[in-house]
Amino acid sequence: MKILVAVKQVAALDEDFVIGADGRDVDAEFLIRDLNEWDDFSLEEAVRIKEAAADPVEVVVVSIGPEEADEVLRKCLAKGADRAVRIWDEAVAGSDPIAIARILAAVARQEAPDMLLAGVQSSDHGFASTGIATAGFLGWPHGAVVASLAYTSGEKSAVFRRELEGGLLHQVTIQCPAVLTIQAGINTPRYASLRSIKQAAAKPIDVRNLADVGISAHEVGEQGSLSHVRRMYIPDKGHAQLIEGSAAEQAKRLAGIIRAFKGEA
Amino acid sequence: MGGILVIAEQRRGELRPVSLELITAAQGLRAAGDAVAVALLAADPARLVDPLKVAGVDEIITVQTAAAEFDPDAFEAAVGALISARSPSVVLIAHSIDSFGYAAALAARQGFGFATDVFKVERIEGELVATRGGYGQKVCVEVDFPGRSTVLLAVRATMFKAPDRAGSPAVTSFAAPSVVSRAEGGDFIEASAADDVDMTAAEFILTIGRGVGEEAKIAQFRELADVIGATLGCSRPIADAGWLPKSRQVGQSGKTASACRLYIAMGVSGAIQHLAGMKHVSTIIAVNSDAGASIFGVAKYGIVGDIFEIAEELRRHF
Repeated sequence: MKILVAVKQVAALDEDFVIGADGRDVDAEFLIRDLNEWDDFSLEEAVRIKEAAADPVEVVVVSIGPEEADEVLRKCLAKGADRAVRIWDEAVAGSDPIAIARILAAVARQEAPDMLLAGVQSSDHGFASTGIATAGFLGWPHGAVVASLAYTSGEKSAVFRRELEGGLLHQVTIQCPAVLTIQAGINTPRYASLRSIKQAAAKPIDVRNLADVGISAHEVGEQGSLSHVRRMYIPDKGHAQLIEGSAAEQAKRLAGIIRAFKGEA
Repeated sequence: MGGILVIAEQRRGELRPVSLELITAAQGLRAAGDAVAVALLAADPARLVDPLKVAGVDEIITVQTAAAEFDPDAFEAAVGALISARSPSVVLIAHSIDSFGYAAALAARQGFGFATDVFKVERIEGELVATRGGYGQKVCVEVDFPGRSTVLLAVRATMFKAPDRAGSPAVTSFAAPSVVSRAEGGDFIEASAADDVDMTAAEFILTIGRGVGEEAKIAQFRELADVIGATLGCSRPIADAGWLPKSRQVGQSGKTASACRLYIAMGVSGAIQHLAGMKHVSTIIAVNSDAGASIFGVAKYGIVGDIFEIAEELRRHF
C-alpha cells in the first residue's frame, strides 16, 4: 500500500522586499523558504494512516522544485515519510499550479499510490488548485478541504468531512484511489526528533527530470500554464489610521474608543 | 459565441450571496454585444430563479442536477457541457469551498485560461486581466491568458456589491449530462460547539491570533475581554491548535460575526479568509508588532506594538 503526498516549498517575504527587475516577481534574495503549512497537515495525516494500518504502508513525498526544495523533503522524511521524490528541470520555472499538477499526475501514474494527499492551498500564492487539477489530469475522484478523514489504507472508499463556509461540515463518501486536499487543523502535526532529523539527512532523495516522468518541456513552464503573470506590484498600504505614542498612550486612546462605543464616554 | 457565463452557487436551498456579486463583476467585462448568462445548478433550480432576476442579467439558465447538493463529478460535467454549448469568453465562479472541489480539474482538462481568488477583473486594451494576491497578500499579481478563448475565473467573495436593481432576464434550461458520481454527499454537520458562545450575536469582539504565541498566554486575553465587555474570539491557527474552541473562530471559515460593530484584532496578521469574513465590521482596530501585516489594510485604527504590553496597559483603564 502506498500514499503519495505532494508538498511545496513556499516562500514568505523578508521585510523591505523589492520587486525584481522584470517586474513580475519579488527579487529572490528576499524570499524565505519553508514547507507549506497545509502540507505539514497532509503529511501527518498520511503518516497516521500508515501507523494505523495492519499491512505495511509506504508514505512517499513528492515535490516539484529546484535543489533547495530538498530541505522540505528532508523535513518530511524526518517527520515520518519513507521516501522522497523531487522533479526538476529548468523548463519548469514559471509554471502555474496547473503545469505543476501535470507533473504531479505523471509522478502519480508512475508511483500508482492508493491515495494522493495535498494541502488545500499554499501559504504563498493560495491558488487552492494544484491538488484538484492533479486529480483532473489523472481522472481520479477528488475531494477538497478535508477537515476529517476516515480511511484505512487499501480500502476501496474513504469517508471525509469537507469544511464549508460558516462553520458547516459536509460528509462525503469517495471511491479510491482519490486525490484529497487537506485542511489545516485536521490533526496536530508532530515535531521531528533530533534523531530522525539526523537520519533524514542521510537518506537519498530520488531526483527525476521531465523526461524521466514522460513530460515534454512545452507542457510546463509558461507555455504549459493556464495563466501568465503580466506584472507584480506592491499595493498601497491600507488606510488604517495609526495610533502613535508609547504603549500607555496607545492603550489610553484604545480605551477611549471602547468607552465611546459602549456609550460611556 | 462569446458572452459571459456566471455560475451561481446554492447550498441547502439558499442562493449564496456571492452569486449576485459575480453578476456585478461580469458587467465590467462586457465587450460589445456580450450577453451575461447566469447558470444555476440545483436539484430544483426553478425555486431559486427569482433572486437572480437582477439588472445586468440577460438570461438565467437552470441546470437540474441529480444530487441535491454539490457533487464534484456532476458539477464538472455540467459546467463543462454548458461551456462547450455556449462558448463563453469568460466564466465567473465563486472562489468558494465548492469551486475548490472542481474548477481546477475542469480548467486543467479543458485547457481554459484559469485563475483563482481573483479580486479585480478588467479588460485592458481588449485583453482580459485578472488581479490576485501573492505572498500572503503582500503583493498584487496581474495575470492574463494569452491564446485562451475561454477563461475561467474564481472570484473572491465580498469584493463586488450585489446589483440593486431588478431585471427581467429570459429563463431557459440546459440538460446536464448524466454522470456516475464517484463521491457521494451525505449529511451536513454543524461544527461542534464546545462552549455556548454565540459569535453571530456578539457586537464587540476581541480576537487573538498567532501573535499570542503560546497557550499559556490565552488567559490574559480572556480576562481582558471579560473586563472590557468584549466576546473573546480567535483566528484559525488558534482554534486549529486547540487553544480555544472552534466556536470562537471568526472569519470566513468560522462563524460569521454578523452583529459585530467593534472588532479589536490582537496579533492577527490577517489571512485573506479572516479579512473577508470581518470586513463588514464598521470599526476594526488592529494591534500587531508587524507594521506590514495585511490586517492594517482593512483596519480603521492601527497600533503597531507589542500585544502583551498593549493588553496590560489597556487593562489598567477598566
